[in-house]
Amino acid sequence: MSDIVNYHLTVNGVDYPVNAAQGRNLLSVIRTEVGLTGTKEGCDDCECGACMVLLDGQPVNSCSFLAVQAQGRAVTTVEGLQQGDEMHPLQRNILEEGGVQCGFCTPGMLLSATALLERNPSPTEEEVRIGLSGNLCRCTGYAKIVAAVQRTAAELHP
Amino acid sequence: MSFTIATTIDEALQALATGARPVAGGSDLVVGARHGKAPLPEHLVAIDRISELQCIDVTDLGVCIGAGVNHHIIEHHPLLSNAFAGLSDGSALVGSPSTRNVGTLGGNVMNSSPAMDTGSPLMVLGAEAELRSLRGSRRVGMADLWTGPGRHSAEADELCVAIHIAMPASRSNSAYLRLEYRRSMEIAVVGAAAAVTIADDGSVSAVRVALTAVAPTIIEVTGIGLGSVAEVAAAAAAAASEQARPISDVRASDKYRRHTVGVMARRAVEAAARRALGEPVSVPVNRAAGIGAAS
Repeated sequence: MSDIVNYHLTVNGVDYPVNAAQGRNLLSVIRTEVGLTGTKEGCDDCECGACMVLLDGQPVNSCSFLAVQAQGRAVTTVEGLQQGDEMHPLQRNILEEGGVQCGFCTPGMLLSATALLERNPSPTEEEVRIGLSGNLCRCTGYAKIVAAVQRTAAELHP
Repeated sequence: MSFTIATTIDEALQALATGARPVAGGSDLVVGARHGKAPLPEHLVAIDRISELQCIDVTDLGVCIGAGVNHHIIEHHPLLSNAFAGLSDGSALVGSPSTRNVGTLGGNVMNSSPAMDTGSPLMVLGAEAELRSLRGSRRVGMADLWTGPGRHSAEADELCVAIHIAMPASRSNSAYLRLEYRRSMEIAVVGAAAAVTIADDGSVSAVRVALTAVAPTIIEVTGIGLGSVAEVAAAAAAAASEQARPISDVRASDKYRRHTVGVMARRAVEAAARRALGEPVSVPVNRAAGIGAAS
């Protein structure tokens, strides 16, 4: 019996038909079938957060989530954060604060931060650190990423 | 190969009866398959869209938590984090915010890891798992459910649909602490939960303590004498270290685990007692206790 499953995914508001093996994770389907490569494969073990996407607005490690289970739900990747021609305030602030070095963790950081600010518009530094705690960064030491999130919160909810 | 999405418990039970395995968040199943622990089952039934599994029903007698309720909800639920604070302590420590969004209580219980963070809280709270199949329904206490690392006594066609916990007596509460080396994506090095009832004279009139990651399953400590909070905390620490059967592995030696599980047991009794007396002790206790490196 074939293990290929046909279904649809909604990624950043766009409908994509998918034909993929039942056991494929959401990360690999987004990168290779949908063709959006902003979402990164880091540890492939649910530890590092490079693969973070939003599923109905909540952060999920896409490396460890079956793609077939995402059908009928809204998937948001880093490509979906941009607002028209403008960067999302989080994207602009993480650049301006110097919170990007190699950039590999950045998409996941941005999505976890998006979900955090949605849930908690004015987080304390401790709450930002907890909100980003599933996202590892080996370059920045986190301080500038945290500052970017707090700056965004202050801008959006002065 | 097959994949179906169930929207009712009955649909899920039909699928299990024909050999399918349930998947909710997939955080154990998918990671486990990649590690070669167990291949991804050929026939899967997704149970994350069954609204009946998402309920938290509170009565005077107790609470029924649907198996699909995730750790984020358990951490923040006003009643659970007050009356069943030890359980919220456990859920609040699971993985990261994303893990807590997809990881469910039922999944945690049925994965049956001896290191599971909700395990010892459920045991000291006297929780029961409701297992349902097309053949009927039954309730199983935690000590009878967990039979070994990753093993449980449920049949393959049984689905854990809910966890039932009786309402604690007045002046009672619980707490769970774990030793951790970092503050996220961590697994308990050791952990301990305590449920405590305080009598009118301030002494402990009832205590239960259970231990995490020091035996093939979560285990309950026996023979803790009653007395003042300090006496009971000291007795719990001694009994926990005595009754632990830890292994040495990459995370800690057996000797270190045996010692530190006693420390966790003592602190769990102390925190549960403070909560039972109405003092605010925030969830998770681990943060208030300063356990784990700064993030």
